Amino acid sequence: MNEEELVEYFRTQMRKDPDMASAVAAIRTLLEFLKRDKGETIQGLRESLTWATDCLTGEDSSVAVSSAGELFLRFISLTYLEHEVSRRKNTHKNTCLGRRARTSFLHALHFHVGLSQDLSRCKKVMEERGEMFLEKISSSRNKVAKLCHTFIKDGAKILTHSYSRVVLRVLEKAAAEKKRFSVYVTESRPDTAGEQMAKALGKLNVPVTVVLDAAVGYVLEKVDLVIVGAEGVVESGGIINKIGTYQMAVCSKAHNKPFYVVAESFKFVRLYPLNQQDVPDKFKYKADTLKTVQNLSEEHPMIDYTPPSLITLLFTDLGVLTPSAVSDELIKLYL
Amino acid sequence: MADSGVTDGPDEKGDISHAKREGTELTKEEKQRLRKEKKQHKKNKERKDDKTSESQKEKPPTERSPTSKQAAHPPTQKAPLAVPTPAPLPVPVLDAPAPAGKPAKSKTEIKAERRARQEAERASKQGKKGDVIPQVPAGKAKLQPSELQPVVKRLPEHVQVDNPEVLKKLAKKLERQQIPLRSDYGYKVSLFSHLHQYSRKAPLTQQLSIPSTVIHPSIVRLGLQYSQGIVAGSNARSIALLHAFKQVIRDYTTPPNEELSRDLVNKLKPYISFLSQCRPLSASMGNAIKYIKKEISNIDSQCKEEEAKSELQKCIDRYIDEKIILAATAISKYAIEKISDGDVILVYGCSSLVNHILCEAFDKCRKFRVVVVDSRPRLEGREALRRLVQRGISCTYVLISAVSYILPEVSKVFLGAHALLANGYVMSRVGTSQIALVAKAFNVPVLVCCETYKFCERVQTDSFVSNELDDPDDLIVTRKGKTQLGGWQDVPLLGLLNLVYDVTPPDFVDLVITDLGMIPCTSVPVVLRVKSVDQ
Repeated sequence: MNEEELVEYFRTQMRKDPDMASAVAAIRTLLEFLKRDKGETIQGLRESLTWATDCLTGEDSSVAVSSAGELFLRFISLTYLEHEVSRRKNTHKNTCLGRRARTSFLHALHFHVGLSQDLSRCKKVMEERGEMFLEKISSSRNKVAKLCHTFIKDGAKILTHSYSRVVLRVLEKAAAEKKRFSVYVTESRPDTAGEQMAKALGKLNVPVTVVLDAAVGYVLEKVDLVIVGAEGVVESGGIINKIGTYQMAVCSKAHNKPFYVVAESFKFVRLYPLNQQDVPDKFKYKADTLKTVQNLSEEHPMIDYTPPSLITLLFTDLGVLTPSAVSDELIKLYL
Repeated sequence: MADSGVTDGPDEKGDISHAKREGTELTKEEKQRLRKEKKQHKKNKERKDDKTSESQKEKPPTERSPTSKQAAHPPTQKAPLAVPTPAPLPVPVLDAPAPAGKPAKSKTEIKAERRARQEAERASKQGKKGDVIPQVPAGKAKLQPSELQPVVKRLPEHVQVDNPEVLKKLAKKLERQQIPLRSDYGYKVSLFSHLHQYSRKAPLTQQLSIPSTVIHPSIVRLGLQYSQGIVAGSNARSIALLHAFKQVIRDYTTPPNEELSRDLVNKLKPYISFLSQCRPLSASMGNAIKYIKKEISNIDSQCKEEEAKSELQKCIDRYIDEKIILAATAISKYAIEKISDGDVILVYGCSSLVNHILCEAFDKCRKFRVVVVDSRPRLEGREALRRLVQRGISCTYVLISAVSYILPEVSKVFLGAHALLANGYVMSRVGTSQIALVAKAFNVPVLVCCETYKFCERVQTDSFVSNELDDPDDLIVTRKGKTQLGGWQDVPLLGLLNLVYDVTPPDFVDLVITDLGMIPCTSVPVVLRVKSVDQ
């Protein structure tokens, strides 16, 4: 599967189900890539998967795609060693295995390079694990919605930013529970994604008002809570989201309104920005901008970083977390 | 360690204390006799039960009795929870003499009696003056920090200097280990009167005789280096400690009828007491000692002595390599990602790790300049300045009073740490929390660099409870021929406070860089948990 096929498959997946997160489409593409891969060695497989993730990041530069790719790789490589271990009838503790997996994915392959029978069995298990991973993350949005809708009380006024499918799912669930609430959405220039959100909410018969990005401070005194989605959740517990989120967080802190973030667990990424400047350029701009434009300092960034001190709670499929607990979860996921 | 040349085995207590003052090590029999006499004294005062005490004296020193006596001895001094465990041990010892004189009692009755006796002893001891043992006349407070007992949550001795009972217990312990006591110096500020304050002009080694066969000479040297400030900085202290222990292990020979794994640990205890008398142990040193003790006790009893010793030395070398040297490389790798071109980096004092990071970043051709902040009385910043300028890094030097003036220019603050506590607080050189506070007010990110071996299980929320007081005479300075504070001892209510450490809350720290990666300050307990699973 070469680059064009990969990108084409990814685009088809996105087109087929516009409600699906781009990260999920990326995982589907990587799984398909794994199935079609004709590599002989595990190391070659790992390298080609990394290459595939890079291609997809080149197509869609959001943080979620790169984090999902890395998590996918980690998830299936744990498979390799579990399969190894169960074959040799060893007894290792799971935690021990997790840590070993991190460092010895390449180390362990030295035992099995060239044994094609083992390789195909391994690949099969990897594919199964990949399917399992995909299933897990497809249901993550519903898990998040189930956790979050209880925080929306009857008669609540909610403020949200731009178009987030997770927030939409949460509000759908709350509406299904027969709660009455109204929503303020920011217009979110430059792509006016807020209008899309307003249309979707209108279909749910939820009273919605679109406000200017500049009117966030004005409207906050009327609002009870703020819910936003996230493109990526970083190690410090902060989030990376559409530009304008940081502003909203600062204002809600000043007004003492709770600021909730809803995000799936595959968006957890191993970044640690100290301030806005510290976020890597490859996430700040759209993928086509990165490829075409020479001088990035003339471009306007599409995302910003919200530090953890401004966030009240994060709703994920791993549970309801405080920002300081995110690091704990990340250590469990990645280490 | 070989036994001393005193072969006559003096019977009287006077001779034994004479031997102690000479600095020679007591033979096992002498130690046992001393212990027995002390116990006797107590028993005579309490019960006046001659038969039992006589039969105790008559009992020949067997393999078991020293250990059981040792086990029985501390419970009368230490925690109440330790009582049930030694109770079964002395029972078999007393079982033999008891039927001789008294009517046969059941074992449980004897146990209960024993427990009641011990409780009564302890209760009466609390009220008494406790001059059973002749004490070396002491000036003021004296004590010796010991490790926290794992089961009973008590305050460590080194923060209870103003409690005379605690001091007495520790004085007794030190006497048993034949380590001289160090007396406190000068008037202590009332908020810190629960801590030690020693003078650098009166090092502990002056009270030791030469040659001393009780304490290994490399440990004596190390203690002197610590107390005079020649070896300073937590990494330097830990490495010096580990090298000294390597020397001790090299010179160690197992005495007959003893196991290396148990005897060596017991040999190390007086050394550790001595070192903590010279200067209180740091968290990094505490963790290193725990590691060594664990390694020693894990030595196979079948192992030959030479093998065991070389194995231990290899373990120590590996510990130094992994936890200190390689950790520094890993930390600089992560830290360099956070240094970008055009940065102005602020550092405080002299941290070996931060200096290493800056030198590595400079070698990787990052363009940055450094602001070194310094404070009296240690003026450690000058050492850091010297090292950085030697490399060719452009530096600015200010005192801590100018920190709010210089901070608008600064883009990042790099701080070293002495220890990272379990609740996320950072314990570091005094002045660090001030810098973190001002940096937070200016919205400048604060990064703390710390190896994982400095993480400790302790929890602290303020800088008062557990700290270190340095020599107050350091604050005296002569300017233009006038020494203002020279006669501070004569002014009755004047106290000079020379604090060594302070504690920074996690809200002021943005990022901690460890060899495991970059973590927020609140994730320290997670790392401790992960580490304990690993080990």
